[in-house]
Amino acid sequence: MTLWKRFLTNRGALLGLAILIAVIAVALLAPVLYPRGPWAMVQRPFLVPFSTDGLPLGTDTLGRDVLAGLVYGARVSLLVGLVSTLMALLIGVPLGALAGFYGKWVDEGAMRFTEFFQTIPNFALAIVLVAILEPTLTSITIAIAIVSWPPVARLVRAEVMSVTKREYVDAARLAGLSNLSILVRQVLPNTVSPIIVMASLMVATAILLESSLSFLGLGDPNIMSWGFQIGAARTVIRSAWWLSFFPGVAIVLTVLALNLIGEGLNDALNPHLSRKGRS
Amino acid sequence: MAIAGAILSRLLKAAITLLAIAILNFFLVHAAPGDPAAVLAGEAGAADEQMIADLRAQFGLDQPFYVQLARYVGNIVTLDLGYSFRQGQPVLELILERLPATLILTLTAFWISLVAGVALGVAASARVGKFTDTLITGTALLFYATPLYWAALMAVLVFSVQLGWLPGFGYETVGSGFGGLARALDILKHLILPALTLGLFFMAVYMRMTRASMLEVAQQDFVKTARAKGLNPATIRRRHILRNALLPVVTLAGLQAGQLVGGAVLTETVFAWPGIGRLMFESLAARDYNTILGVFLVSAAMVIVFNILTDLVYRLIDPRIGHKA
Repeated sequence: MTLWKRFLTNRGALLGLAILIAVIAVALLAPVLYPRGPWAMVQRPFLVPFSTDGLPLGTDTLGRDVLAGLVYGARVSLLVGLVSTLMALLIGVPLGALAGFYGKWVDEGAMRFTEFFQTIPNFALAIVLVAILEPTLTSITIAIAIVSWPPVARLVRAEVMSVTKREYVDAARLAGLSNLSILVRQVLPNTVSPIIVMASLMVATAILLESSLSFLGLGDPNIMSWGFQIGAARTVIRSAWWLSFFPGVAIVLTVLALNLIGEGLNDALNPHLSRKGRS
Repeated sequence: MAIAGAILSRLLKAAITLLAIAILNFFLVHAAPGDPAAVLAGEAGAADEQMIADLRAQFGLDQPFYVQLARYVGNIVTLDLGYSFRQGQPVLELILERLPATLILTLTAFWISLVAGVALGVAASARVGKFTDTLITGTALLFYATPLYWAALMAVLVFSVQLGWLPGFGYETVGSGFGGLARALDILKHLILPALTLGLFFMAVYMRMTRASMLEVAQQDFVKTARAKGLNPATIRRRHILRNALLPVVTLAGLQAGQLVGGAVLTETVFAWPGIGRLMFESLAARDYNTILGVFLVSAAMVIVFNILTDLVYRLIDPRIGHKA
């Protein structure tokens, strides 16, 4: 079976893919669905869900449409999740590859550096970075990338180490290829599949991190996000449950979808392992 | 002997890590937009000209860069974490006041997540592919995707607002006048929801790991031998598989336990739990950078202490470790 077929026979992965496509579609269509944007005050505040036509999820403390907020929030979550993961890969992959390929003091130095970042409590560092750099979409994305690259570096290092020991790498060396071209053209392509799996799970974690920062009031003040919606509604939870409930469901569904896709990819890429796990 | 050496090398490493974090803090203060003196005073709003001038002198901001760095790190080494102008108290004092609440919360959450996670993982692995397994793995997947603070809010909504079973706010009943056992019970009641929601995510992590680890060990030859001997499957699971399967879980748990401190910022914010996480949240709104950086440093220190402790416990449980290292 091809990779794609194996992936599609996994019910969980399919469900994840369906949810993710729906979220992406909503995010892309946001300006069409709600041309007035998420901040417009459309009705009186605290309208209960399903009570008013055109406002299925009710209104928030300032009379803004909760559903419009959700739709625009999807854009931020996906964007921050994707870009911060790409940035984390840009830090982690080269560092891990150099450490694994050259070994010795390069490895020692790179791994000490990685260990240092793994010791620091992730979320606390993200808070400090965003608080000090001023909360903007850029600083949030950078902060999340800075706290998420260490596992990538470790993974790539281990993969590169094991691939470098194979015979074809020796052959490439005998053929007179330079170190750099062996690493980039022969070794790294063979480490791509575990990196893809990890990246899909990292997008999920990044979305959780972004929403947690926004919840604490460290979101970009000009951008509507799910975490901000929940954070703003925190103090009125007793009277207006729906303000925090629906954005939370949106986060859970999106993160769940990405996790399911990541697991599906993992199973499809390592059919042997997954069968062992299930037996 | 081996243990003493290991402790010494870990302590040295810990000292270097903390030093590096102190240096990182210094650069962060300088990376902040605006005058570092104003930043340390909690932005210009709180500080008048005189105060900023005093701070300049205090931090030697007119001095060369390396002198400033040495001075800053020197202060931290002598446990001077600066002064919180917002709270009118030295940062160290503020943190020490709040630390016990955070320790109680994170340690409880850690044990709940570890015990429940392992128990559920074992249960799932014993019924692989059956309904129980699907139910447990499905729930774990859900918890894994749930934001900590949202779980906390929903728990307040259901168990505190709707059902009225447990308090959803604070550390103890204010003005109750409880003493001794009554007070302990009161704190325990307040502790249940925050600790459960803080532990939820890690419970899912440990559950998944235990399940995978149990299934992996179950494939090994010595388990087949035990089966061939005709041992009772429950005994095999408990005495042969579980003991070996636990090792990687305990390692991971020890390494990750420190991350609970980060999560505590969210949980303590929702439940108004008077720990250092809540202190950090309050300092965010007040732009009290001295306190934010202080809490950051102390939480990193907690992670390090925790890692050293797990390492020691682990050496006691599994004597093979000492030899390998």
